[in-house]
Amino acid sequence: MKKTLSRVYMALIFLFLYAPIVILILFSFNDSDTKSRAVWSGFSLRWYQKLFSNAELLNALRNTVIIAIIAAVVATILGTVAAIGINSMKKWSKRVIMNIGNLPMVNPEIVTGISLLLLFVFGARLLHVELGIFSVILAHITFCLPYVILSVMPKLRQMDNSLYEAAQDLGCTPVRSFFKVVFPEILPGIITGAVMAFTLSIDDFVISYFTSGTTQTLPVYIYSMTRKRVSPEINALSTLLFGTILVLLLIVNFSKKKSGDTKEAAQER
Amino acid sequence: MKSKAIAAPYIVWMCIFIVVPLFLVAYFAFTDSTGAFTLENIIQVGQYSDVFLRSIWMGALATLFSLLLGYPLAYIISKSNLRRQSVLIMLVMLPMWMNFLLRTYAWMTLLEDNGMINNFLAALGLPRLHMINTAGAVVFGMVYDYLPFMILPLYTVLIKIDRSVIEAAQDLGANSCKVFLKVTIPMSMPGIISGITMVFVPAVSTFIISKMLGGGSNLLIGDLIDMQFLGNAYNPYLGSAISLVLMVLILICMGIMNQFDEDGSAEGGKML
Repeated sequence: MKKTLSRVYMALIFLFLYAPIVILILFSFNDSDTKSRAVWSGFSLRWYQKLFSNAELLNALRNTVIIAIIAAVVATILGTVAAIGINSMKKWSKRVIMNIGNLPMVNPEIVTGISLLLLFVFGARLLHVELGIFSVILAHITFCLPYVILSVMPKLRQMDNSLYEAAQDLGCTPVRSFFKVVFPEILPGIITGAVMAFTLSIDDFVISYFTSGTTQTLPVYIYSMTRKRVSPEINALSTLLFGTILVLLLIVNFSKKKSGDTKEAAQER
Repeated sequence: MKSKAIAAPYIVWMCIFIVVPLFLVAYFAFTDSTGAFTLENIIQVGQYSDVFLRSIWMGALATLFSLLLGYPLAYIISKSNLRRQSVLIMLVMLPMWMNFLLRTYAWMTLLEDNGMINNFLAALGLPRLHMINTAGAVVFGMVYDYLPFMILPLYTVLIKIDRSVIEAAQDLGANSCKVFLKVTIPMSMPGIISGITMVFVPAVSTFIISKMLGGGSNLLIGDLIDMQFLGNAYNPYLGSAISLVLMVLILICMGIMNQFDEDGSAEGGKML
């Protein structure tokens, strides 16, 4: 009795979470005009065709990818170096810096967005430039940094400092001992941070919306599409995005399982 | 490693892109267009107290519903076997990977007057309901978008609860209802706290959900700020003042919430 009840409850919540997504996907194949979105009138791929001939959209997609790659790379390098520096600080200054650094995570996104907008408008006026892809990249690096630092920091704390010292005693230069000893230890944290930064940047709407000027990223473009209320193209787009994510997650999961298996096999040996 | 100095580039970055922008917000909030000091903007925020109250009320409702819906689910997941758990948690997280604009858009098409739900009701011979562009739709959208943020931290604390504590309570004669109220809930408090903050902060400051599901009639703080910066009512001075008040408000809320969480373990639930 209790078991069925909890199963039914679980099913209902997952229905709530997935029903809109399923319907969204279903209606991307709907062969209808824009007026009757909610009526099924046959299978068609025409919204997909339309999507791929949409230059504005492809441009937005390209911007998003460029921004995410640059933001993730810069945030990861800067964040990792920062984490190492902060880790060797005294407790008090560590705390102050971490608290200020985490502000973009704690503050409502809209406040971070408008504060950066004010800065960029100010800066753009000084340098006689306009807001665009460059300002979005700067903004994305800023809100990705705390996530990178927070994923690298625990790895640094776990690491035994004497290993680094031992490498130096054995004649390594500090730089060389960093890359030979410290770097491999904290690499998992760095990778987690980089992946997080990349996905956060791809997914971000609010901060891009305020800092992008006339440049469009994919979420900003989607937003402008929903405002116009023409639609099945968005359905097609969401289906493609959802499909990509699903495939990526399955690959990650599968490779994790596989590497887990080989690890187990190695241990058995 | 004794190398504090290498944090310097980050500290410079932090100052330019976090500290200076926040000072700019404060500066704009207390000046007028000529650059003179004024309290006018802050006073003007008072005119919008109804918007603030509405935002807080809707955010609080959405948080409450998320907690009521999310807690049982997190509890059920934490009680199922390990392999199942990872699949179920994956299913909770999967919708989060889809941009929230698209998820909100999906509800837009469902809740419309000519939308799927109404067509379904009509097909059953039931009267059509007006759902879109109501306050209810906005709260609904908030719950839908942020429910995973509630479930995940709850789940992370619930699986950490030591089974032997619960068994001890049972041995001492507590029935399952009492065990839940006296042991499970208090022990999952850190998760509840971080769930509440993770839902409340984005819900109270959203401007997309209210725009897409609330029509123009359910103005929230986020909409107000958006209007002052990128909308028709261009006035960054007032916009900054509203943002400043919003920020202080949220900091106060978080401060109050952290009072309940003596261990300060709220970050334990922060996972994305």
